[in-house]
Amino acid sequence: MERTALPSDSKAAERPAPSFWQKIAFKLGIGVWRSDQQFEGYLFLLPSLIGFAIFVLLPIVISLVLSFHSWDLLTPPRFIGTGNYIELFTNDPIFANVLKNTFWYTVIIVPVQITIGFLLALALNRGLRALKLYRLLYFMPVVASVVAAAIVFRFLFNQQSGVIAAGIWQVIGFLKQQPWIQSSPDLLAWANTLKPPDFLNGSSQGIWPGWALISVAIFTVWKNVGFTLVIYLAALQAVPDVLLDAAKVDGANTRQQLRFVTIPLVSPTTFFLVVTQMLGAFQIFTEPFIISANTQGQIPVASASIVTYIYQNAFDFQRMGKASAISWVLFIIVFAVTILQTILQRRWVYYELE
Amino acid sequence: MATITRNRPSPLQRLQWGHITLHIVLIIGAIIMILPFLWMLSTSLKTQTDVMREFPPRLIPSTFMWSNYSTALGSLPFGRFYLNSLIVAGSVTILQLFTSSLAAYAFARLRFKGRNVLFFLYLIGLMIPFPVLLLPNFLIIRQLGWFNTYFALIVPPAFSSFTIFLMRQYYRGLPIEYDDAARMDGASSLRIWWNIMLPNSKPILAALAVFTFLGQWNDFLWPLVVTNSQSMWTLPVGLSSFQGQYSVRWELLMAASVVALVPVIIIYLFAQNWIIQGLAVSSGLKG
Repeated sequence: MERTALPSDSKAAERPAPSFWQKIAFKLGIGVWRSDQQFEGYLFLLPSLIGFAIFVLLPIVISLVLSFHSWDLLTPPRFIGTGNYIELFTNDPIFANVLKNTFWYTVIIVPVQITIGFLLALALNRGLRALKLYRLLYFMPVVASVVAAAIVFRFLFNQQSGVIAAGIWQVIGFLKQQPWIQSSPDLLAWANTLKPPDFLNGSSQGIWPGWALISVAIFTVWKNVGFTLVIYLAALQAVPDVLLDAAKVDGANTRQQLRFVTIPLVSPTTFFLVVTQMLGAFQIFTEPFIISANTQGQIPVASASIVTYIYQNAFDFQRMGKASAISWVLFIIVFAVTILQTILQRRWVYYELE
Repeated sequence: MATITRNRPSPLQRLQWGHITLHIVLIIGAIIMILPFLWMLSTSLKTQTDVMREFPPRLIPSTFMWSNYSTALGSLPFGRFYLNSLIVAGSVTILQLFTSSLAAYAFARLRFKGRNVLFFLYLIGLMIPFPVLLLPNFLIIRQLGWFNTYFALIVPPAFSSFTIFLMRQYYRGLPIEYDDAARMDGASSLRIWWNIMLPNSKPILAALAVFTFLGQWNDFLWPLVVTNSQSMWTLPVGLSSFQGQYSVRWELLMAASVVALVPVIIIYLFAQNWIIQGLAVSSGLKG
């Protein structure tokens, strides 16, 4: 009876003796294979492999090749070498501006979102009542459709009937009625010049971001901060009380506990959030597309992102080669930043030794 | 007890004061999170003149214009957009979990030539940002004759390196003894996948289902690029086009946004634990 045989015996009997190359491969830890699972393995992979080949591998090749061509979809593609890339970096002020915008999106969204999310999680982790209710409310924007929520913010931010502008007008009106302002002509003149910023179109000055970009960033933080909060909350709940108690016994105050116990222990979560939120900020599209596009569907220069510029070049200007070249610049930025973060994490991310 | 607490505030009472301050901060934050939704709701019920003229704008409309909803819903086929979104998000979720689970099983358990090379190739899919694939995928869809069809909306997203990667991690955590026992009883790999792997991976399947469904339901860029007729638009594309047509009819835009958001939010209210857990787990963290 086969059933009665010991598992190790039956395995040894089933498997053919490993060949020389299999032994080498085993030593190197690459490709340890079994003859009976050769065919099955590919069979299981087949459905995803077809999708992967047609919609990932092939597009990578097409995109790379296209980026060295000039093509408007109508006439045949023309090889122009690195022409697209040279144009982007020497003769395209919009692209320079789009890179600048992406920088600002990242620099505003990532730290603000992570800091607020961490502070909120810290507050919620105090064993407050109604934790679930708060979590429910803060997480609600995360599940909301980006397009629908962005349309709402477009309304809130607009100049004529927007609630935010109206609120600022109220504050200005209140200021003007104050006796200490009315008594000084200078202050009154200053108060009369006050008006709410142009949230949707405010253009940038020099290297600084304009209001159009800041509004989109505010929306993005509002939309995603609940996610950061939930992830941090899970991490904070995993911080062992023993360590905090030990720190307390050693005389550490609340701030020191935070600085030397909590923050190092959640640093892997911080690293994860920094990486994923940066990738998101580099690829921001729907938010500026919906919030700040004008009535003709054009996105103002002040808030255009790399991806909106790819979209424009491909589908508005019919410049397929240039669109591909931009997407490769995006890839290189994403890749470089990810590598850099992986290297830098050794300096600040704390992993428990188990 | 009562006299003691009256004379000297216990540490518990001082803690409560700290809690009250925290509650105040958290409530202000929660109001900021919820207020945009409330303004959307209130604006969707105002008259056009109230939206344009009213200063300062009020949260409670002076007159309730329920007809805004019928006007908004009548101007574009929102029912169709809903149906398309449901079909696309549902099909993509099922297909993606199916293809990913098969592949993840192969990568986690089966031993075949080229496994690691293939897995490495799949990981490339994790590193390539979607915008790189956007234009070539559009060209491929056009070439296949799938432009403006359900195939274009469903097939390309039915594969995900990310889902495969997460599932493989999960499968590797399952005890290999299950497989060995089943194999000794003569089970095929297909049977092991169906009878052991799938039933044992319900938590990760549920989490990824939530993640994929919500992601597809809210996806905008891909459907925007591969559709050009109302009959194929999903909800986000339809909404965006509605915004293009009625750019300053805020009450109608808000009514349409309410229609798009409310069902999702109702489902969220009932299944919040499941959804929050699902999204958190799918982010590559243990739940």
